[in-house]
Amino acid sequence: MKHLRAVNQKARRIEDYLAANDDVVGLQAPAGQRPHVPMGCSLVFSPGWEVDSAGGTAGLCQPVERDLYDCYITCFWPAQVPDHLNNYPDWTAKCAAATKDWRNIDLVFP
Amino acid sequence: MSKYRLGEFHAFEGGGRQYLYLVPSAGIFELDSPSLAVLRRLEQGEASRADLAAIADEDVIDELHQAHAIITDGFAAPPLQNPSADFPLQTMVMNLTNQCNLSCQYCYEFGEDKVATPEGKPKFMDFDTARASVDYLFTSSAGRRAIHITFFGGETLMNFPLLKQVVDYASTKAAEQARSIDFSLTTNATLLTPAIIDYLSEKSIGVTVSMDGSKESHDKFRVFANGRGSYDIIEPRVRALLKNHKTRPITARVTMTSQAMDVLGTYKHLKHDLGFHEVGFAPVTTSPNRLYSINERGLDSVLDQFRALAAEYLDHALRGEHHGFSNVSDTLAELHQGVSKSHPCGAGLGLVGVGPSGDIAPCHRFVDSDTHTLGHVSTGLDRAKQNDFLSRGHIHSKIDCSTCWARPVCAGGCHHEAYVRYGDTGHPNLHYCDWIRGWTDTCLEIYGSIAARNPGFLQHFAERKAA
Repeated sequence: MKHLRAVNQKARRIEDYLAANDDVVGLQAPAGQRPHVPMGCSLVFSPGWEVDSAGGTAGLCQPVERDLYDCYITCFWPAQVPDHLNNYPDWTAKCAAATKDWRNIDLVFP
Repeated sequence: MSKYRLGEFHAFEGGGRQYLYLVPSAGIFELDSPSLAVLRRLEQGEASRADLAAIADEDVIDELHQAHAIITDGFAAPPLQNPSADFPLQTMVMNLTNQCNLSCQYCYEFGEDKVATPEGKPKFMDFDTARASVDYLFTSSAGRRAIHITFFGGETLMNFPLLKQVVDYASTKAAEQARSIDFSLTTNATLLTPAIIDYLSEKSIGVTVSMDGSKESHDKFRVFANGRGSYDIIEPRVRALLKNHKTRPITARVTMTSQAMDVLGTYKHLKHDLGFHEVGFAPVTTSPNRLYSINERGLDSVLDQFRALAAEYLDHALRGEHHGFSNVSDTLAELHQGVSKSHPCGAGLGLVGVGPSGDIAPCHRFVDSDTHTLGHVSTGLDRAKQNDFLSRGHIHSKIDCSTCWARPVCAGGCHHEAYVRYGDTGHPNLHYCDWIRGWTDTCLEIYGSIAARNPGFLQHFAERKAA
């Protein structure tokens, strides 16, 4: 970090955490232990609806937006949010290739 | 694109620099002027990324966002993790006896607000129970290299023969398992003898003396059954202790009441006249209607005095010198390590209290209370009772605390104080919220000043035990 200077021990841990988590890698192995094989979830970049081991979505190896993206156009799911027909026609406008651009997709809150 | 707004933090200044204390992570970051400008802008209301990009670089926005100092719609701080069910014990407080040779009116064990129900229970712990307690500590602390026993009472030294037996037994057991154990005790100092002092020094046993200051303050409450004050009895004993026990720092622990609130005078007497290494202060635990209870105005006066003494602490710290006001050192340790507590203290989790009968209580303050027993050293903890105690004490069950920036260090405050005040160990201690925030803010400013002007000094707090 350039603009925030970590002062206490917790701040340094936050800084280390952010530095180590710059990119999202499924079930990232600790530094130094490579190569690793992602386990415990789908290997393809198009999973269905899933939850992590704790029953939430925070620990998924792909962000939950990706799941929604999969429903957005290709999947029949009459009540999905966002829907591409009426309310969020431009939701994926900045996402030409999902594997590269999924970060550009925002969460929506109806 | 959703709008940015301020996240949860407490901003403070120290040594001419600007800092954020992030909540609930408890990370402390120093801000540069562009990041400060972004926060100032968001104090006016929400703003889009474009608005913010007009006053600061993109990476300023990203850094603040990553640290959760600024947030967007849908942000929810991840919940604090619950301690695991088999969280290993670290400290056992052994009440060697529930008997005391003093009759301090405010005592939480004997006074008007007592929770103990000692009727029909042993008055002194015997060695069988003590041995079972030590065995329980060793099995329940699996995986920890260093463990700790604090001897407590009643008056601890009324059962000094057992203390020596426990030290021998536990030290031998620790050596067998290649683990380290250390001991400390709290005493009213009336029964200290040269032989006891030599023993405590030889075994490196930490000593905390309950003492309320000068003769005038001390003798208001710390009296024998006939009403005579104990100051004159303990003063020479305390001097002998401080002179001859050199292996561990000796601490004084002051209970403040409405009739003894002279923090500065008390500190000066205990630190400089008598020579204690550190002095710690705590307001008396009482229901609010007691005459000796400190009311709101009294707490304000105490806070003002704390601040005056804390300023003295800062002067020392900037010169790299030790200062004995332990309330500051304790809080700085928590701030430096960045603790974010799920529970106010380790009671019922990494720490338990054991009474003379072998009953396990969340801590020494609940010992001998039938209502709060969590188990027995022979059978271990009753997990259902422990869970009930811990889930009520968890910060997430204290709704009042959910908007308070001081919750990482406070977590609602002492379980025992809450029980005495509100009849529920899980109730937040709402009577001292302003006090806690005022004091935490003061300590943050001190922390910021030290970080700006003598950062090396903070290393002292990297290892100091934080609650």
